[in-house]
Amino acid sequence: MMFRRPAKTAPDLPPLGAQRTGWLLAVAASALLPHADHLPGWLGAVTLLLFTWRLAQWKRGWPGASGWIRTLLIIAGCAGISLTFGRLFGREPGVALLALLLVLKLHELKSVRDGHTVVLLGYFMLLAAFTYSQTPAMAALLFAAMGVITAALIALTGPPAAPLALLRQSGWMLAQALPFMLVLFVLFPRVPGPLWGLPLDAHGARTGLSDSMEPGSISQLSQSGEIAFRARFDREAPPARDLYWRGPVLTEFDGRTWRQGTAARRTGGTPPHPVIGPRSGYEVTLEAHGKNWLFALETVAALPPGARVSDDWQVLSGDVVRNRRRDHFESVLAARPGIEEWSAHIDAARRLPRDGNPRARALAAELRRQSGSDAATVDALLRLFRREAFVYTLTPPLLPGADGIDAFLFDTRRGFCEHYAGAFVFLARAAGLPARVVTGYQGGERNSVDSFIVVRQSDAHAWAEVWLPAEGWRRVDPTAAILPSRVERGLADLAAGEPVPFVARADLGWLRDLRHRWEAANNAWNQWVLSYDQQRQRELLSRLGMAQPDWQTMTAWMAALCGVMAGALTLWALRRAPGRDALARAWAGLDRALAPAGLGRAAWEGPLDYAERVAAARPDLAADLRAACTLYADARYGGAPPAPAAREIRARSRALRRHRTPHRR
Amino acid sequence: MWHALRDAVRRWLASLGGSPALPLTLDRRRIFVLPSAVGLVWGGALVAMLLTAINYTLSLGFALVFMLAGLGQVALLHTFRNLLGLTLKELPPEPVFAGQPARFALALDNASSRARPALRLAMAGSDEALDIDVAADAALTFHLRVPATRRGWIAPGRLTLSTRYPLGLIRAWSYGQPQQRCLVYPQPESDRPPLPPGDAGTLGLRARGDGSDEFAALRAHRAADSPRHVAWKAWARSPDAPLLTKQFDGQDGGELWLDLERLSATMPLEQRLARLTGWALDADAAGLRYGLALPGQRIAPDRGPAHRARVLAALALFGLPS
Repeated sequence: MMFRRPAKTAPDLPPLGAQRTGWLLAVAASALLPHADHLPGWLGAVTLLLFTWRLAQWKRGWPGASGWIRTLLIIAGCAGISLTFGRLFGREPGVALLALLLVLKLHELKSVRDGHTVVLLGYFMLLAAFTYSQTPAMAALLFAAMGVITAALIALTGPPAAPLALLRQSGWMLAQALPFMLVLFVLFPRVPGPLWGLPLDAHGARTGLSDSMEPGSISQLSQSGEIAFRARFDREAPPARDLYWRGPVLTEFDGRTWRQGTAARRTGGTPPHPVIGPRSGYEVTLEAHGKNWLFALETVAALPPGARVSDDWQVLSGDVVRNRRRDHFESVLAARPGIEEWSAHIDAARRLPRDGNPRARALAAELRRQSGSDAATVDALLRLFRREAFVYTLTPPLLPGADGIDAFLFDTRRGFCEHYAGAFVFLARAAGLPARVVTGYQGGERNSVDSFIVVRQSDAHAWAEVWLPAEGWRRVDPTAAILPSRVERGLADLAAGEPVPFVARADLGWLRDLRHRWEAANNAWNQWVLSYDQQRQRELLSRLGMAQPDWQTMTAWMAALCGVMAGALTLWALRRAPGRDALARAWAGLDRALAPAGLGRAAWEGPLDYAERVAAARPDLAADLRAACTLYADARYGGAPPAPAAREIRARSRALRRHRTPHRR
Repeated sequence: MWHALRDAVRRWLASLGGSPALPLTLDRRRIFVLPSAVGLVWGGALVAMLLTAINYTLSLGFALVFMLAGLGQVALLHTFRNLLGLTLKELPPEPVFAGQPARFALALDNASSRARPALRLAMAGSDEALDIDVAADAALTFHLRVPATRRGWIAPGRLTLSTRYPLGLIRAWSYGQPQQRCLVYPQPESDRPPLPPGDAGTLGLRARGDGSDEFAALRAHRAADSPRHVAWKAWARSPDAPLLTKQFDGQDGGELWLDLERLSATMPLEQRLARLTGWALDADAAGLRYGLALPGQRIAPDRGPAHRARVLAALALFGLPS
């Protein structure tokens, strides 16, 4: 039992005790820890230093940071942040600023109000951490941090208590808040963001394909097990060797680097001309990659709303893909696009630098002469790659800047898909055929748990396209000519000693199974938690039987369900609240026993005074009543165990009830 | 104007669940809840966080914000429950002298198995508040002090029992109205002249201070007699005999009358009452028999605590509307 008489001058500003300060330090630690890996190095060090200083002040009684040091630090910190990021607004500098403010606020804890500021900053930091990572592990970590921060909030309001008791209470309250969270999460009408222009850094740099290609640019990706996208086919999935996910098409070549051409910048709303053939429908869940490319199978026939197709058949979205998105496509796998092609695009696909790579040019001219027709030239070129001793490797030797294709074709002969695709297109153009490089992803791995096809960055691929007059653009994959298994089974069959990415290894079946399960769980998390958007919400709600899931209906349901839950919680609270304990019931029973004889207790009377008053009037009842009242006073005010006292009081009450009217006997 | 309006609202709120007169068990009709200042800031922060979550399409951000919103709802209930079922009682307040704070004794009874931490009790008219934690199955008595500057009855102000526990986001409060007034005696004059002479023995009283009073006689003991004057030796000799009281010359010869009208009429009334109060205290301390004469009221000379209380009460209430 505690009794405090606060100074009236500042009723809302009671000073913080050591225990509350300790809790606020815990708040700062749990709010800053999730940001440890993306604060700029110097700020991380400053934050750690200031935190440790405050910790030492709390534990060891070191002197704290004075006002001018704090002012100096905030000015220097803001300057440093704006120097590091080039500005003070936006996500990254914002988070850095919040971290600095939080840790400086720790040095300025005077009152409970400062404590509340720290707690709110802590919650904000948790939200900010979600802009960096939303994995299940991160979610678990941050919700645990939320438990700590909420416990600190209780410590700020309540009397001193054991840390474990506070954590338990905070956990208990959060558990009660959970149903509200679920209802709001499912039913709160989702608005497609963003509400205002996001700063450029809203989503950090991502790995993925780029809009240019030079030797080494794709083999770099091959080491990344990161998932590029997932696909689920409406019906049976086609075999992996037919899955060419088309990305940027590279037409321009400067002797070393391949770049997108004019055809990539010309877009129409729909595919340039209808694609005829049996269609495969599938849904692609694309990870954010910071470009406006969507990945669909060759050749795409039906697009999701808002998507466009460039003249070189790459699917583009209206905006940069900053968040994971889900789209439904239809493709005709056997179709060849471009029977009617713009002559400008065909001309662009013939262009070569004026000079360089003379040996390759000579070889191409020779092959062209031997073959006669365009189609026969293509076959001859493929035969060349198949026949000669080319080696497919993830670690090719470095090629010289000039005449790189000559060096590759005639000297090193070791390379990755971009080497083969680039060399093939060069040879084809040198032989007079319109050809271009297509980058994208090839294949994908079917997850046996949820049947999604998972396409990783290591599936990034480059192949070639040759335009034949009667046929349109024909896909030619020279890599498949060298290593057919590359397009059938992925990278798993590379020669021994090659640094195969861990996720692409074929052995270790159990490990693969485990990984499939883990990824299926992750995918479910992505599909149902992280990508729970307007569309998914409507889908789910209509599946749950909501006839018209518009925002009015959702809001009505949300309000109704929250009301029901609040009501249930209230009932639970009220059920327990008025329950008087056994002692009080026994005491009330004593009153009922004596009140009919006019010997009831006055409201203001203490138990002992009451006993004496009645004892004076009715000496015959004195013994029992005194005993009962003493028992009650001892149990209620003196800390005696209440249960035996209650039993004894009940016994005495029965005796008193028998004797309260002696004159009638 | 604003204060009057606020007071009217509070009076109306206090009467919502029936009369707020103590003793009072707080049921749900008597407990009011509103967000505290911290709670309002918290709500604003939640809106900002919601906008951030929408803008960055953060699903887990939504989850965080909704969790905190749910927490607010849960806090409301817990705060409400922290007051529910508490019983407020009052004890008779002890009279005080003007200038001292009136102390209203109250008891808070928690007949439930839950502790009730972080309660705040304030009384209108008092400039201090009490922060109380009541353990499970426990009762607590405490005093609220109200400055008493004028003699007479002082009525207790409206009690406000409030709490923000556990999260500080919500304030729950309830009103109670204690019924028992506190009697405020006049403030004894500080530099008062010595006691006036008694009616018969002129300066005999003054001599008492020298220790020269003489034992005169024994008479039967009366309840109001000071124990210092009981003839203990006589009683020790024969314990079965009734108690006797020693009578002294000085007391026997003169009865001290404290008479308002004998004081100079040029003195303000309050000062005269203050002087009489001081003299009554002096006479009581000296163990004298003294009476009080006020216009229209006389209290016969006597001594003892009950007599003192009667005299002081008469002085406190003189001339005041009852």
